[in-house]
Amino acid sequence: MMANDIGAYFAGYPGHDQAVEGIANHLRNFWEPRMRRELVAYVANGGGDLKPLVREAVLTMARKSPAGSEDVGDG
Amino acid sequence: MRSRADSDFATPLRPGAPTVALEIDGRAVAVPEGTSVIRAAAQAGIHVPRLCATDSLEPFGSCRLCLVEIDGQRGYPASCTTPVRAGMKVRTESPALARLRRGVMELYISDHPLDCLTCPANGNCELQDMAGAVGLREVRYRDGGASHLHAQKDQSNPYFTFDPSKCIVCSRCVRACEEVQGTFALTIDGRGFSSVISPGQNGPFSASECVSCGACVQACPTATLMEKSVIELGQPEHSVVTTCGYCGVGCSFRAEMKGDLVARMVPNPDGHANHGHACVKGRFAWGYTTHPDRITRPMIRQSIDQPWREVSWRDAIEYAASEFKRIQQKYGRGAVGGITSSRCTNEETFLVQKLVRAAFGNNNVDTCARVCHSPTGYGLKTAFGTSATTQDFESVMQADVIMVIGANVTEGHPVFAARMKRRIRQGAKLIVVDPRVTEIVRLPHVDASHHLQIRPGTNVALINALAHVVVTERLTDEAFAAARCDPHEFAAWKKFVAEPRNSPESMAPVTGVPAASVRAAARMYAAAPNGAIYYGLGVTEHSQGSTMVLGIANLAMATGNIGRPGVGVNPLRGQNNVQGSCDMGSFPHELSGYRHISDEGVRASFDAAWGVRLDPEPGLRIPNMFDAALDGSFKGLYVQGEDVAQSEPNGQHVAAGLRAMECVVLQDLFLNETAKYAHVFLPGSSFLEKNGTFTNSERRISMVRKVAAPPAGKEDWEITCELAAALGYPMKYSHPSEIMDEIARLTPTFSGVSYQTLERLGSVQWPCNDSAPDGTSVMHVDRFVRGKGSFTITECVPTDERTSSEYPLILTTGRILSQYNVGTQTRRTLNAAMHAEDRLEIHPSDAELRGIRDGDWLRVRARHAETRLRALVTERVQPGVVYTTFHHPESRTNDLTTEHSDWATNCPEYKVTAVQVAPEARSAQARAAVAGA
Repeated sequence: MMANDIGAYFAGYPGHDQAVEGIANHLRNFWEPRMRRELVAYVANGGGDLKPLVREAVLTMARKSPAGSEDVGDG
Repeated sequence: MRSRADSDFATPLRPGAPTVALEIDGRAVAVPEGTSVIRAAAQAGIHVPRLCATDSLEPFGSCRLCLVEIDGQRGYPASCTTPVRAGMKVRTESPALARLRRGVMELYISDHPLDCLTCPANGNCELQDMAGAVGLREVRYRDGGASHLHAQKDQSNPYFTFDPSKCIVCSRCVRACEEVQGTFALTIDGRGFSSVISPGQNGPFSASECVSCGACVQACPTATLMEKSVIELGQPEHSVVTTCGYCGVGCSFRAEMKGDLVARMVPNPDGHANHGHACVKGRFAWGYTTHPDRITRPMIRQSIDQPWREVSWRDAIEYAASEFKRIQQKYGRGAVGGITSSRCTNEETFLVQKLVRAAFGNNNVDTCARVCHSPTGYGLKTAFGTSATTQDFESVMQADVIMVIGANVTEGHPVFAARMKRRIRQGAKLIVVDPRVTEIVRLPHVDASHHLQIRPGTNVALINALAHVVVTERLTDEAFAAARCDPHEFAAWKKFVAEPRNSPESMAPVTGVPAASVRAAARMYAAAPNGAIYYGLGVTEHSQGSTMVLGIANLAMATGNIGRPGVGVNPLRGQNNVQGSCDMGSFPHELSGYRHISDEGVRASFDAAWGVRLDPEPGLRIPNMFDAALDGSFKGLYVQGEDVAQSEPNGQHVAAGLRAMECVVLQDLFLNETAKYAHVFLPGSSFLEKNGTFTNSERRISMVRKVAAPPAGKEDWEITCELAAALGYPMKYSHPSEIMDEIARLTPTFSGVSYQTLERLGSVQWPCNDSAPDGTSVMHVDRFVRGKGSFTITECVPTDERTSSEYPLILTTGRILSQYNVGTQTRRTLNAAMHAEDRLEIHPSDAELRGIRDGDWLRVRARHAETRLRALVTERVQPGVVYTTFHHPESRTNDLTTEHSDWATNCPEYKVTAVQVAPEARSAQARAAVAGA
């Protein structure tokens, strides 16, 4: 799962908070809103395959910046 | 023969030296010290007759035609090998010189066919010119004596002939092969009158080491080495300077024309990227542009199981637009997107992303750079502040240690490689990091000091090990790092790489590289006055591609190898306009000039210019588009100049995604593999049929000039404009220069770029703006674009693609010199014969284990797909690794490659796929055994 790959990179950062922020920022900057929404929904349903660090980052991202200020994914 | 349009000053320029004043034929002349007398004369407009001298080669002094008289000097020295001296007085004409030159010419012509009227060089032959220049009126020695007049013509090369009967043995071809190309395929065989030019071991060109770069053909002063196209068409009558449409070197060419037919392509001596050199693709492989397979009428079909139907442009454009509108109405604004091409111009690419953002109203635009250098974009932006090389190509000539990582330079970037080889022949040291023994590892006069033959997928482990040595052995440039980089990040990085787990000894079991070799290579790079890193897709096309780019940037900053000529981080881009397509805002998260779509100020400038309100959210990347198509939320795609069905990994997944879409609009030259899934085909224009610009690997923007009409009547930018208009968003330009003007208005790093600038300078490297009106050759000189250089922690995370007992071999993929990308162009040229099929390279020990012999047909099986390839048993690959190319669609190489991708950018991991290989017969037996059981 790609989110875990992102998490694996940022896990090397010196501090936990820095790693969480790094993951959240990356998702916000590079993932299209429908993908972010799916990820947030996945975490809301338990996020079973996601590493704890990534789950925390996804929740941080969802809290700070709701996915997509303008919805272009749905009809 | 070089182009008639280009001046030839007989010997190379000696720039930078103090000026020397002398007198030639009574004229005062001032030239740099070290300049030859013949060049000094040429610069003063005095043309001394010559045959063996040309300004692309060092002087040789063999033809004895350029003799001059010099006051105070005995005899008649050759002006090509005599350097100027202060106060020298030179005479280039006298009765004695005229007699000597006529005598020399008479001897040459005594052994030369007198068939000028039917000779293909007639009208552009230096021998003919010199006979006229020296006033040759008779030849006394033609009858009865020995001659070479009946020597057999060698026609074995597909693109040029070698006619030894016309050869004057001036050695220009031999020297061009050595000095310019560095292949050493030619030599002089025999002595005295018996001297002949010999390819390889006196065999035909096709059996020699010749790489068909054509440098010898260009250097030849007679018709001895002659393009077959000129033999067929005759001498060209006009020429146009343009830019090659193949690799990221971006060579400048003079397209020499007869009417609207290309007679030949001659590399431009004034070209800043190539300095008059070329490769087999750029110089010779342009025949695809007139291939009968070209589609010249727009076509549509309602579904992909129907045959194509030719329609008018208007019908095709209206149908495409109506389908996109229908899809957006039904499935949402985000249900469509576009893919720009690295083979198209900057202007065309800019327009496609503009269409997507402004007419589609979303940011679902991506480019084929996604699958090659997107990690470069991410990594270098993060570390330095901009997504591009730090240097120009010329910088390599000041490098003392050159580290080539994951780049097969002689195959992928042959013209730049020729320059790199020249620098190595001058004494620069070479370190190669590659799983294969690529050609650059060992060549005539090139011998890598270290070849770190890593296992595929272990780049980050290796770069960390190199950094470990640099840090723990105190080889860092502390002053540079303190002044130029973030101190906290530098300290954290040093602490990380110094951990024992990153030592070469700890990493040796991972990388497969002996620790001592890693230590020696690290010391060599760090100790070099100038250390330069060049890298290619062997770095980026990994699940840790971005991490590796960051690791390279860390190493360069830590050793102070940034910000001056001779050093730097140099990504070698694959296709001609990869850099440009990225610069132009083709990525879904960025506008032109690498500015994030969420930046309100930047967006506002585009909103105002385009009269729309841009979506602030990033759009879908290419792999996301196929995933979304299979999810049912993405239904329409506009693809300009890209064959995603053949070039993307996990081809069956891509095919399923394309099949799930309701409207795929393909704009291309040929019905490629993607066309099988397309509903609208819009016939595009080749690089010879349009105006625009390309940006090469060194950020160099060069003009592309139209030399022939597009067979379907429209340049690609015009097609995009018509589609946008049909979508209800008119984009009005009368010429691509107006598109560039818009790019310049909206992009700070391009604000000084215009067609006038390009005409004035020939080409320009961005940033080009008020601060750098003539462009920027070396970036980050006094400060990084982002301010302080950023060090990042590059933890080594193994790829999820693992070998197993069932899939014990790692397949890695790459390219070959004569073919280009998926072969759409080069397979439709005579290059096809040079690489008629993709072969699977396998080490002799792995072959023996499986009973595989060279040439056997093999089943190559990955976890999700299999294909057939023939074996090439070779020690170029290490045990446990197999390798192939992807130039032929029937090979289905990218059916095998996986969906694993770079964590940051989704760049596919083409370089690591676990496979099993077996001879076909054995597979049949195994199947029979299973069936029997």
